[in-house]
Amino acid sequence: MRKKNGTAGYLFFLPVFLFFAVFILYPLIRNFLYSFYDFRLTDLNHLEFIGLGNYRHVFQDHVFWISLKNIFIYGIISVPGQMVLGFLVAYALYQNRPGTKTFRVLFFLPVITSWVVASLIFKFVFTDQGYLNYFIMDVLHFTDKTISWLSDPGKAMMVVSFLGIWKGVGWAMVIYMAALQGVPKDQYEAASLDGCNAWQQIRHITLPSIRSTTFFIQMMLIIGAFNVFTSIYLITDGGPLHQTEVMLTRMYQKAFTEYDLGYASALSYVFAVIIAGLTFLQFRLNKQE
Amino acid sequence: MRSLWKSICVYAFLVVGGLISIYPLVYMFMTALKPMTLLFEFPPRFLPSEMTLSNFRNAWVSQNFALYLFNSVLVTIASFGLIFLFSSMLAFAYSRFDFKGKKLSFTILMGGLVIPSLTLLIPQFVLIRQLGMFDSRWGLIVIYTAGAIPFTTFMLKGFFDSISRDIDESVEMEGGNAWTLFSSIILPLSKPAFVPATIFNALTVWEEFPWALTIINDPAKRTLPIALANFQGQYTTQWGIVFAGSLIAILPIILLFLLLQRYFIAGITAGAVKG
Repeated sequence: MRKKNGTAGYLFFLPVFLFFAVFILYPLIRNFLYSFYDFRLTDLNHLEFIGLGNYRHVFQDHVFWISLKNIFIYGIISVPGQMVLGFLVAYALYQNRPGTKTFRVLFFLPVITSWVVASLIFKFVFTDQGYLNYFIMDVLHFTDKTISWLSDPGKAMMVVSFLGIWKGVGWAMVIYMAALQGVPKDQYEAASLDGCNAWQQIRHITLPSIRSTTFFIQMMLIIGAFNVFTSIYLITDGGPLHQTEVMLTRMYQKAFTEYDLGYASALSYVFAVIIAGLTFLQFRLNKQE
Repeated sequence: MRSLWKSICVYAFLVVGGLISIYPLVYMFMTALKPMTLLFEFPPRFLPSEMTLSNFRNAWVSQNFALYLFNSVLVTIASFGLIFLFSSMLAFAYSRFDFKGKKLSFTILMGGLVIPSLTLLIPQFVLIRQLGMFDSRWGLIVIYTAGAIPFTTFMLKGFFDSISRDIDESVEMEGGNAWTLFSSIILPLSKPAFVPATIFNALTVWEEFPWALTIINDPAKRTLPIALANFQGQYTTQWGIVFAGSLIAILPIILLFLLLQRYFIAGITAGAVKG
């Protein structure tokens, strides 16, 4: 049977698409408009056109540059961390050694733990009187000074990045395991006849055959890194003095603490353009290789 | 001999990694079992010297976590119902009909897959206020539903397309209309596609934080994630109760995961498209 024309199709299509348009497309357009207006939470009926004023404020705001820097720190630590560890775990597990199922569950539990709960646990473990400091100071005797993991900006970014890795390795593992199942076995056999060791096999056979998966994981994780919000919001709230701010926490704060919705809209567009640009760039680079 | 060494190395790596993965969760559990007075005891103990369920009782009764659990369940189930009704209708239209604007609307819809949801926070906030859904569970449900439509439609359309069109013809010959085909043939046949999609959406809705934080003020309408965040920030943190509440929040998901592991992994792998 051919596809049908006519009204029945519209009855299924229109109500739902309209719903989608109202709650996603319309806000998308409104957001773009807001970014050119002086628009404050304190008076939602007052909109004053200020052209590129909000964008100018974004780029002149030193906290914006701090937040951009922090996103890069977070990405540079957590993206490779998740990819390398996720690959190694997948590689160790996909050959179905005894215990594979148990390990898979263990590595996957952080993935299904919610961001809020995971952030609270990390906050507790890394507080000044937390278990980690006890372990470092009184069990290992590395130092006798309390390490302020969360009030030192550099260390706090490390903690948050580590949380990102902890939570994401299981995800990368699952995707890599699916890809590894698809690598033809006879290639490995040929390689071992040629006297290749395990590392050579990984480098010359495994990695090239799962390249598209690696690209996909990398792209998703970079987008994910830009979207980091809950962990920073709950663990440091961008502090001390905005030193651990990332783009989304800054946007949230501008909107709902400083009531500057226009600025926040402009920032969210800058944010979206950066993500789109990076994604495009990665596609280009991937094609060239 | 070499392969024995290799095995030892591999297992050492897995055991260390597995312990790091599970340790924070076990530690949370142990802390929830500790009486409040021992929270910052020195030296800290991993296994509590005294165990108590008082934190769970406190969280459940005096801190209203029973209510927050109820709110979370309500919002998740309602969002679910709408996500499936809407997405399957849309997927059915794309899979079985030709109509004007089909290609364009589908491209726009798939564009929705790549919009980071937080970039819509401000205009959605204004819109929801104007619609009078501020500080209401409906405000959560409609936004969760709208956000899940692109991905779920994409997934279901793929499955609907794989159902043979010969079935359409036989339904028509027996005098059935499009609704008959949709409700008594296509939907029942698509159960295998619904399970992974359900799990992916359930996880997303269940743990959603920023949007709920933005529009819910009334303590009686809080869902678990914002209740936890709020309780944590309130006083000198009573971590035992926070973690008892956290366990109430994640145990349903963990149990579901242990029961339906295969589908979970399929759902997450498919959901990877959405990131």
